[in-house]
Amino acid sequence: MKEIQFEQIKEAVSNGLHKACCSLSCSVLNKIKEARSLETSPLAEATFDQIIENAEIANEESLPMCQDTGIITCFVEIGYDVHLNCDLYESINEGVRDAYDRYYFRKSVANPLSRINTKDNTPAIVHVKMVSGDKLKIMLVPKGAGSENMSKLKMLNPTDGKKGIVDFVVSAVKEADGRPCPPIYLGIGIGGNFETAPKMAKEALARTSRSEDKEIAELEELILKEVNKTGIGPMGLGGKTTCLDVFINTYPCHIASMPVAVNIQCHANRHVEVVL
Amino acid sequence: MIDITKLHAGDVIYLDEIVYTARDQAHARLASLLDEGKELPVDFSNSFIYYAGPTPTMPNGRIGSIGPTTSSRMDKFIEYMPALKIKGMIGKGPRDEHVRECCKKYGIVYLVATGGAGALLAKRIKSVQEVAFQDLGCEAIRKLEVEHFPVIVAYDIYGNSVFEK
Repeated sequence: MKEIQFEQIKEAVSNGLHKACCSLSCSVLNKIKEARSLETSPLAEATFDQIIENAEIANEESLPMCQDTGIITCFVEIGYDVHLNCDLYESINEGVRDAYDRYYFRKSVANPLSRINTKDNTPAIVHVKMVSGDKLKIMLVPKGAGSENMSKLKMLNPTDGKKGIVDFVVSAVKEADGRPCPPIYLGIGIGGNFETAPKMAKEALARTSRSEDKEIAELEELILKEVNKTGIGPMGLGGKTTCLDVFINTYPCHIASMPVAVNIQCHANRHVEVVL
Repeated sequence: MIDITKLHAGDVIYLDEIVYTARDQAHARLASLLDEGKELPVDFSNSFIYYAGPTPTMPNGRIGSIGPTTSSRMDKFIEYMPALKIKGMIGKGPRDEHVRECCKKYGIVYLVATGGAGALLAKRIKSVQEVAFQDLGCEAIRKLEVEHFPVIVAYDIYGNSVFEK
Protein backbone atom coordinates (compact mmCIF):
# COMPACT_ATOMS: atom_id res chain seq x y z
CA MET A 1 0.00 0.00 0.00
CA LYS A 2 1.45 3.36 -1.03
CA GLU A 3 0.67 6.37 1.16
CA ILE A 4 0.16 9.69 -0.61
CA GLN A 5 -0.03 13.01 1.24
CA PHE A 6 -1.90 16.26 0.64
CA GLU A 7 1.29 18.26 -0.04
CA GLN A 8 2.51 15.80 -2.69
CA ILE A 9 -0.68 16.15 -4.70
CA LYS A 10 -0.79 19.91 -4.25
CA GLU A 11 2.82 20.36 -5.43
CA ALA A 12 2.42 17.99 -8.38
CA VAL A 13 -0.74 19.79 -9.55
CA SER A 14 0.79 23.25 -9.16
CA ASN A 15 4.02 22.36 -10.99
CA GLY A 16 2.12 20.47 -13.68
CA LEU A 17 -0.15 23.44 -14.37
CA HIS A 18 2.84 25.74 -14.72
CA LYS A 19 4.32 23.44 -17.33
CA ALA A 20 0.99 23.06 -19.16
CA CYS A 21 0.32 26.81 -19.39
CA CYS A 22 3.84 28.11 -20.08
CA SER A 23 5.48 25.41 -22.23
CA LEU A 24 4.14 24.13 -25.52
CA SER A 25 4.58 20.35 -25.59
CA CYS A 26 7.12 18.90 -28.05
CA SER A 27 4.49 16.83 -29.84
CA VAL A 28 2.32 19.92 -30.45
CA LEU A 29 5.28 22.09 -31.48
CA ASN A 30 6.43 19.47 -33.99
CA LYS A 31 2.95 19.27 -35.50
CA ILE A 32 2.79 23.05 -35.78
CA LYS A 33 6.20 23.27 -37.44
CA GLU A 34 5.25 20.54 -39.88
CA ALA A 35 1.97 22.33 -40.70
CA ARG A 36 3.86 25.61 -41.14
CA SER A 37 6.07 24.02 -43.79
CA LEU A 38 3.02 22.99 -45.84
CA GLU A 39 1.42 26.45 -46.02
CA THR A 40 1.78 28.77 -48.98
CA SER A 41 -0.58 31.59 -47.97
CA PRO A 42 1.20 34.55 -46.36
CA LEU A 43 -1.53 34.96 -43.71
CA ALA A 44 -1.31 31.28 -42.70
CA GLU A 45 2.48 31.45 -42.60
CA ALA A 46 2.46 34.63 -40.51
CA THR A 47 -0.02 33.07 -38.06
CA PHE A 48 2.08 29.93 -37.63
CA ASP A 49 5.22 32.04 -37.16
CA GLN A 50 3.53 34.01 -34.39
CA ILE A 51 2.37 30.82 -32.67
CA ILE A 52 5.94 29.47 -32.73
CA GLU A 53 7.50 32.74 -31.54
CA ASN A 54 4.86 33.03 -28.82
CA ALA A 55 5.79 29.60 -27.49
CA GLU A 56 9.45 30.63 -27.32
CA ILE A 57 8.66 33.85 -25.43
CA ALA A 58 6.32 32.07 -23.00
CA ASN A 59 8.85 29.37 -22.26
CA GLU A 60 11.76 31.77 -21.75
CA GLU A 61 9.84 34.19 -19.57
CA SER A 62 7.58 31.75 -17.72
CA LEU A 63 4.64 33.74 -19.09
CA PRO A 64 1.40 31.92 -19.93
CA MET A 65 1.24 31.19 -23.67
CA CYS A 66 -2.37 32.33 -23.68
CA GLN A 67 -4.20 34.77 -21.41
CA ASP A 68 -6.98 32.19 -21.07
CA THR A 69 -5.36 29.85 -18.59
CA GLY A 70 -8.62 27.95 -18.53
CA ILE A 71 -10.76 26.01 -16.14
CA ILE A 72 -9.07 22.83 -14.90
CA THR A 73 -10.23 19.34 -15.72
CA CYS A 74 -8.37 16.44 -14.06
CA PHE A 75 -8.56 12.85 -15.24
CA VAL A 76 -7.39 10.93 -12.18
CA GLU A 77 -6.38 7.27 -12.08
CA ILE A 78 -6.03 5.83 -8.59
CA GLY A 79 -4.36 2.48 -8.11
CA TYR A 80 -6.18 0.06 -5.78
CA ASP A 81 -2.93 -0.16 -3.77
CA VAL A 82 -2.85 3.58 -3.07
CA HIS A 83 -3.99 5.05 0.22
CA LEU A 84 -4.70 8.77 0.22
CA ASN A 85 -4.01 10.49 3.53
CA CYS A 86 -6.09 13.46 2.42
CA ASP A 87 -9.14 14.58 0.52
CA LEU A 88 -8.34 14.14 -3.18
CA TYR A 89 -10.55 17.00 -4.36
CA GLU A 90 -9.28 19.46 -1.75
CA SER A 91 -5.62 18.64 -2.45
CA ILE A 92 -6.14 19.12 -6.20
CA ASN A 93 -7.97 22.40 -5.61
CA GLU A 94 -5.17 23.59 -3.33
CA GLY A 95 -2.69 22.84 -6.14
CA VAL A 96 -4.84 24.89 -8.52
CA ARG A 97 -5.02 27.79 -6.03
CA ASP A 98 -1.26 27.68 -5.57
CA ALA A 99 -0.48 27.66 -9.31
CA TYR A 100 -2.89 30.49 -10.20
CA ASP A 101 -1.41 32.74 -7.50
CA ARG A 102 2.24 31.76 -7.79
CA TYR A 103 2.46 31.90 -11.58
CA TYR A 104 0.13 34.86 -12.18
CA PHE A 105 -2.43 32.89 -14.18
CA ARG A 106 -5.81 34.39 -14.97
CA LYS A 107 -8.58 33.25 -12.66
CA SER A 108 -11.38 32.51 -15.07
CA VAL A 109 -13.94 30.58 -13.01
CA ALA A 110 -17.22 32.22 -12.04
CA ASN A 111 -20.69 31.46 -10.68
CA PRO A 112 -22.73 30.60 -13.79
CA LEU A 113 -25.54 33.05 -13.05
CA SER A 114 -24.19 35.88 -10.90
CA ARG A 115 -20.87 35.72 -12.84
CA ILE A 116 -19.08 36.44 -9.57
CA ASN A 117 -15.52 35.08 -9.84
CA THR A 118 -14.45 32.36 -7.39
CA LYS A 119 -11.14 34.28 -7.26
CA ASP A 120 -8.84 31.23 -7.12
CA ASN A 121 -9.79 29.33 -10.32
CA THR A 122 -11.36 26.51 -8.29
CA PRO A 123 -13.21 24.23 -8.26
CA ALA A 124 -11.43 21.92 -10.66
CA ILE A 125 -13.56 19.37 -12.50
CA VAL A 126 -12.30 15.98 -11.35
CA HIS A 127 -13.03 12.61 -12.96
CA VAL A 128 -11.80 9.55 -11.04
CA LYS A 129 -11.10 6.06 -12.33
CA MET A 130 -9.90 3.14 -10.19
CA VAL A 131 -7.14 1.03 -11.79
CA SER A 132 -4.75 -1.71 -10.71
CA GLY A 133 -1.34 -0.82 -9.22
CA ASP A 134 0.05 1.61 -6.65
CA LYS A 135 0.22 4.86 -8.61
CA LEU A 136 -1.80 8.05 -8.61
CA LYS A 137 -1.90 9.63 -12.07
CA ILE A 138 -3.46 13.00 -12.78
CA MET A 139 -3.90 14.27 -16.32
CA LEU A 140 -4.15 18.06 -15.95
CA VAL A 141 -6.16 19.85 -18.62
CA PRO A 142 -6.34 23.66 -18.40
CA LYS A 143 -8.82 24.38 -21.19
CA GLY A 144 -9.89 27.77 -22.47
CA ALA A 145 -13.47 28.68 -23.34
CA GLY A 146 -12.83 29.73 -26.94
CA SER A 147 -12.57 26.15 -28.13
CA GLU A 148 -14.78 24.62 -25.44
CA ASN A 149 -17.71 26.83 -26.48
CA MET A 150 -17.61 25.37 -29.99
CA SER A 151 -17.85 21.75 -28.81
CA LYS A 152 -20.94 19.67 -29.53
CA LEU A 153 -22.90 16.56 -28.56
CA LYS A 154 -25.42 14.85 -30.83
CA MET A 155 -27.47 11.74 -30.27
CA LEU A 156 -27.23 10.10 -33.69
CA ASN A 157 -29.33 7.18 -34.88
CA PRO A 158 -27.73 3.73 -34.67
CA THR A 159 -28.06 3.37 -38.44
CA ASP A 160 -26.34 6.69 -39.24
CA GLY A 161 -23.01 4.84 -39.37
CA LYS A 162 -19.58 6.28 -40.00
CA LYS A 163 -20.93 8.74 -42.57
CA GLY A 164 -23.24 10.21 -39.95
CA ILE A 165 -20.33 10.62 -37.55
CA VAL A 166 -18.03 12.24 -40.12
CA ASP A 167 -20.79 14.60 -41.33
CA PHE A 168 -21.59 15.68 -37.77
CA VAL A 169 -17.94 16.35 -36.88
CA VAL A 170 -17.22 18.24 -40.10
CA SER A 171 -20.35 20.38 -39.64
CA ALA A 172 -19.30 21.20 -36.05
CA VAL A 173 -15.87 22.28 -37.30
CA LYS A 174 -17.38 24.38 -40.10
CA GLU A 175 -19.74 26.08 -37.69
CA ALA A 176 -16.86 26.82 -35.30
CA ASP A 177 -14.80 28.17 -38.23
CA GLY A 178 -11.95 30.41 -37.01
CA ARG A 179 -13.39 30.92 -33.51
CA PRO A 180 -11.72 28.09 -31.51
CA CYS A 181 -8.16 29.13 -32.48
CA PRO A 182 -7.43 26.68 -35.29
CA PRO A 183 -5.43 24.71 -36.22
CA ILE A 184 -7.46 22.64 -33.80
CA TYR A 185 -7.24 19.21 -32.26
CA LEU A 186 -10.42 17.12 -32.17
CA GLY A 187 -11.32 14.78 -29.33
CA ILE A 188 -14.27 12.58 -30.25
CA GLY A 189 -16.30 10.31 -28.01
CA ILE A 190 -18.53 7.73 -29.70
CA GLY A 191 -20.96 5.58 -27.76
CA GLY A 192 -21.76 5.31 -24.08
CA ASN A 193 -24.62 7.66 -23.24
CA PHE A 194 -25.52 11.32 -22.82
CA GLU A 195 -22.77 12.10 -20.28
CA THR A 196 -20.14 9.55 -21.30
CA ALA A 197 -19.54 10.67 -24.87
CA PRO A 198 -18.38 14.23 -24.03
CA LYS A 199 -16.15 12.95 -21.25
CA MET A 200 -14.54 10.44 -23.62
CA ALA A 201 -14.10 13.23 -26.18
CA LYS A 202 -12.19 15.35 -23.68
CA GLU A 203 -10.14 12.43 -22.45
CA ALA A 204 -9.21 11.49 -26.04
CA LEU A 205 -7.51 14.89 -26.46
CA ALA A 206 -4.78 13.77 -24.05
CA ARG A 207 -3.67 11.05 -26.43
CA THR A 208 -0.66 11.52 -28.70
CA SER A 209 -0.89 8.49 -31.00
CA ARG A 210 -3.37 6.68 -33.25
CA SER A 211 -5.95 4.32 -31.79
CA GLU A 212 -4.79 0.72 -31.48
CA ASP A 213 -8.14 -0.36 -32.93
CA LYS A 214 -7.63 -0.42 -36.71
CA GLU A 215 -11.19 0.61 -37.55
CA ILE A 216 -11.04 3.57 -35.16
CA ALA A 217 -7.57 4.55 -36.39
CA GLU A 218 -8.92 4.67 -39.95
CA LEU A 219 -11.85 6.80 -38.84
CA GLU A 220 -9.42 9.20 -37.12
CA GLU A 221 -7.44 9.51 -40.37
CA LEU A 222 -10.61 9.96 -42.42
CA ILE A 223 -11.97 12.74 -40.19
CA LEU A 224 -8.57 14.49 -40.18
CA LYS A 225 -8.54 14.46 -43.99
CA GLU A 226 -12.16 15.65 -44.31
CA VAL A 227 -11.71 18.47 -41.79
CA ASN A 228 -8.58 19.69 -43.53
CA LYS A 229 -10.53 19.88 -46.81
CA THR A 230 -12.61 22.72 -45.32
CA GLY A 231 -9.76 25.19 -45.92
CA ILE A 232 -10.59 27.06 -42.69
CA GLY A 233 -6.86 27.22 -41.89
CA PRO A 234 -5.02 28.83 -38.98
CA MET A 235 -7.27 31.32 -37.17
CA GLY A 236 -9.85 30.90 -39.95
CA LEU A 237 -7.71 32.90 -42.36
CA GLY A 238 -7.58 30.08 -44.92
CA GLY A 239 -4.94 27.40 -45.31
CA LYS A 240 -4.10 23.76 -45.67
CA THR A 241 -4.14 22.84 -41.99
CA THR A 242 -7.37 23.32 -40.05
CA CYS A 243 -6.79 20.34 -37.76
CA LEU A 244 -3.53 18.98 -36.37
CA ASP A 245 -4.87 15.64 -35.18
CA VAL A 246 -7.99 13.63 -34.32
CA PHE A 247 -8.38 11.17 -31.43
CA ILE A 248 -11.44 8.98 -30.93
CA ASN A 249 -12.43 7.03 -27.82
CA THR A 250 -15.37 4.63 -27.86
CA TYR A 251 -17.63 2.75 -25.45
CA PRO A 252 -20.52 0.34 -26.07
CA CYS A 253 -23.94 1.95 -26.21
CA HIS A 254 -27.66 1.10 -26.25
CA ILE A 255 -28.99 -0.59 -29.40
CA ALA A 256 -31.25 2.42 -29.99
CA SER A 257 -28.64 5.16 -29.76
CA MET A 258 -25.26 6.42 -30.96
CA PRO A 259 -24.10 9.42 -28.94
CA VAL A 260 -21.28 11.36 -30.59
CA ALA A 261 -19.44 14.21 -28.88
CA VAL A 262 -16.78 16.40 -30.39
CA ASN A 263 -14.55 18.39 -28.07
CA ILE A 264 -12.77 21.08 -30.02
CA GLN A 265 -9.34 22.05 -28.72
CA CYS A 266 -7.17 25.04 -29.66
CA HIS A 267 -3.71 24.70 -31.21
CA ALA A 268 -1.88 24.69 -27.86
CA ASN A 269 -3.56 21.44 -26.68
CA ARG A 270 -2.36 21.91 -23.07
CA HIS A 271 -2.08 18.59 -21.26
CA VAL A 272 0.37 17.50 -18.57
CA GLU A 273 0.30 14.20 -16.71
CA VAL A 274 1.74 13.95 -13.22
CA VAL A 275 2.42 10.60 -11.58
CA LEU A 276 2.90 9.93 -7.85
CA MET B 1 -2.29 56.96 -36.13
CA ILE B 2 -3.84 54.78 -38.75
CA ASP B 3 -6.22 55.98 -41.48
CA ILE B 4 -8.87 53.26 -41.59
CA THR B 5 -10.12 54.36 -45.01
CA LYS B 6 -6.87 52.99 -46.43
CA LEU B 7 -7.34 49.51 -44.90
CA HIS B 8 -8.54 46.53 -46.90
CA ALA B 9 -9.51 43.04 -45.80
CA GLY B 10 -6.43 40.83 -45.76
CA ASP B 11 -3.91 43.62 -45.07
CA VAL B 12 -1.27 42.79 -42.47
CA ILE B 13 -0.69 45.91 -40.41
CA TYR B 14 1.09 46.98 -37.23
CA LEU B 15 -0.80 49.30 -34.92
CA ASP B 16 0.60 52.22 -32.95
CA GLU B 17 -2.63 53.29 -31.29
CA ILE B 18 -4.65 53.75 -28.14
CA VAL B 19 -6.57 50.56 -27.48
CA TYR B 20 -9.12 49.87 -24.72
CA THR B 21 -9.68 46.32 -23.50
CA ALA B 22 -13.34 45.39 -23.10
CA ARG B 23 -14.96 41.98 -23.28
CA ASP B 24 -18.26 40.36 -22.29
CA GLN B 25 -19.11 41.99 -18.95
CA ALA B 26 -17.68 45.41 -19.85
CA HIS B 27 -19.77 45.45 -23.03
CA ALA B 28 -22.88 44.53 -21.07
CA ARG B 29 -22.26 47.45 -18.70
CA LEU B 30 -21.52 49.94 -21.49
CA ALA B 31 -24.72 48.87 -23.25
CA SER B 32 -26.74 49.40 -20.05
CA LEU B 33 -25.26 52.87 -19.54
CA LEU B 34 -26.08 53.83 -23.13
CA ASP B 35 -29.63 52.43 -22.80
CA GLU B 36 -30.16 54.50 -19.67
CA GLY B 37 -28.70 57.59 -21.34
CA LYS B 38 -25.93 57.81 -18.76
CA GLU B 39 -22.39 59.04 -19.25
CA LEU B 40 -19.73 56.50 -20.19
CA PRO B 41 -16.70 56.14 -17.88
CA VAL B 42 -14.28 56.37 -20.82
CA ASP B 43 -13.99 58.51 -23.94
CA PHE B 44 -13.37 55.91 -26.65
CA SER B 45 -13.17 58.45 -29.52
CA ASN B 46 -10.73 57.47 -32.26
CA SER B 47 -9.46 54.45 -30.38
CA PHE B 48 -9.86 50.70 -30.81
CA ILE B 49 -11.65 48.23 -28.59
CA TYR B 50 -9.66 45.06 -27.91
CA TYR B 51 -11.60 41.97 -26.83
CA ALA B 52 -9.09 40.81 -24.26
CA GLY B 53 -8.63 40.03 -20.58
CA PRO B 54 -4.97 39.70 -19.55
CA THR B 55 -3.33 37.42 -17.01
CA PRO B 56 -2.25 39.31 -13.88
CA THR B 57 0.87 41.45 -14.19
CA MET B 58 3.99 39.89 -12.71
CA PRO B 59 6.19 41.98 -10.37
CA ASN B 60 8.30 44.33 -12.52
CA GLY B 61 6.15 43.45 -15.55
CA ARG B 62 4.06 45.81 -17.65
CA ILE B 63 1.18 43.46 -18.34
CA GLY B 64 0.51 39.72 -18.39
CA SER B 65 -0.27 37.55 -21.38
CA ILE B 66 -2.88 39.33 -23.51
CA GLY B 67 -4.17 37.73 -26.68
CA PRO B 68 -7.62 38.25 -28.23
CA THR B 69 -10.77 36.43 -27.12
CA THR B 70 -13.50 35.18 -29.48
CA SER B 71 -15.17 38.23 -31.03
CA SER B 72 -18.50 36.66 -31.95
CA ARG B 73 -19.62 36.79 -28.30
CA MET B 74 -19.63 40.59 -28.67
CA ASP B 75 -21.67 40.56 -31.92
CA LYS B 76 -24.83 41.35 -29.97
CA PHE B 77 -23.36 44.73 -28.94
CA ILE B 78 -22.41 45.91 -32.44
CA GLU B 79 -25.19 48.50 -32.66
CA TYR B 80 -23.72 50.28 -29.62
CA MET B 81 -20.32 50.77 -31.28
CA PRO B 82 -21.10 53.94 -33.30
CA ALA B 83 -21.97 55.74 -30.04
CA LEU B 84 -18.43 55.04 -28.82
CA LYS B 85 -16.92 56.74 -31.90
CA ILE B 86 -14.26 54.04 -32.17
CA LYS B 87 -12.13 53.38 -35.24
CA GLY B 88 -12.45 49.65 -34.86
CA MET B 89 -12.50 46.44 -32.88
CA ILE B 90 -9.74 43.86 -32.39
CA GLY B 91 -10.45 40.22 -31.63
CA LYS B 92 -10.27 36.81 -33.20
CA GLY B 93 -12.42 34.73 -35.52
CA PRO B 94 -15.28 35.38 -37.92
CA ARG B 95 -18.42 37.20 -36.83
CA ASP B 96 -22.05 37.44 -37.78
CA GLU B 97 -22.78 38.75 -41.27
CA HIS B 98 -24.59 41.66 -39.60
CA VAL B 99 -21.29 42.82 -38.06
CA ARG B 100 -19.66 42.97 -41.47
CA GLU B 101 -22.59 45.05 -42.74
CA CYS B 102 -22.32 47.35 -39.71
CA CYS B 103 -18.59 47.86 -40.34
CA LYS B 104 -19.49 49.22 -43.77
CA LYS B 105 -22.52 51.17 -42.60
CA TYR B 106 -20.80 52.84 -39.65
CA GLY B 107 -17.27 53.11 -41.07
CA ILE B 108 -15.49 50.98 -38.48
CA VAL B 109 -13.02 48.17 -39.05
CA TYR B 110 -12.69 44.75 -37.48
CA LEU B 111 -9.11 43.55 -37.02
CA VAL B 112 -7.89 40.14 -35.88
CA ALA B 113 -4.83 39.24 -33.85
CA THR B 114 -3.47 35.71 -33.42
CA GLY B 115 -5.41 33.79 -30.79
CA GLY B 116 -3.14 32.04 -28.31
CA ALA B 117 -0.26 34.46 -28.93
CA GLY B 118 -0.78 36.30 -25.65
CA ALA B 119 2.88 36.29 -24.60
CA LEU B 120 4.03 37.71 -27.93
CA LEU B 121 1.31 40.39 -28.01
CA ALA B 122 2.13 41.48 -24.45
CA LYS B 123 5.56 42.55 -25.74
CA ARG B 124 3.91 45.10 -28.03
CA ILE B 125 2.22 47.04 -25.24
CA LYS B 126 3.97 50.22 -24.12
CA SER B 127 1.74 51.33 -21.28
CA VAL B 128 -1.26 50.12 -19.31
CA GLN B 129 -3.77 51.99 -17.21
CA GLU B 130 -6.89 50.58 -15.57
CA VAL B 131 -9.61 53.09 -16.36
CA ALA B 132 -13.03 51.61 -15.56
CA PHE B 133 -14.97 48.73 -14.02
CA GLN B 134 -11.99 47.67 -11.85
CA ASP B 135 -14.29 45.29 -9.96
CA LEU B 136 -14.40 43.13 -13.10
CA GLY B 137 -10.77 42.09 -12.57
CA CYS B 138 -9.35 40.75 -15.82
CA GLU B 139 -12.48 42.02 -17.57
CA ALA B 140 -11.93 45.64 -16.44
CA ILE B 141 -11.43 48.30 -19.09
CA ARG B 142 -7.72 49.03 -19.53
CA LYS B 143 -6.21 51.76 -21.66
CA LEU B 144 -3.28 50.38 -23.61
CA GLU B 145 -0.75 52.15 -25.74
CA VAL B 146 0.30 49.57 -28.33
CA GLU B 147 3.38 49.69 -30.49
CA HIS B 148 3.97 47.64 -33.64
CA PHE B 149 1.00 45.48 -32.63
CA PRO B 150 0.47 42.85 -35.37
CA VAL B 151 -3.09 42.50 -36.73
CA ILE B 152 -4.84 41.52 -39.93
CA VAL B 153 -7.75 43.51 -41.37
CA ALA B 154 -10.72 41.13 -41.19
CA TYR B 155 -13.63 43.43 -42.17
CA ASP B 156 -12.87 46.73 -43.86
CA ILE B 157 -15.22 49.71 -44.25
CA TYR B 158 -16.01 48.66 -47.84
CA GLY B 159 -17.88 45.46 -46.92
CA ASN B 160 -15.04 43.03 -47.58
CA SER B 161 -14.08 40.13 -45.32
CA VAL B 162 -10.84 38.18 -45.00
CA PHE B 163 -12.85 35.10 -44.04
CA GLU B 164 -14.53 34.67 -47.44
CA LYS B 165 -13.19 31.45 -48.85
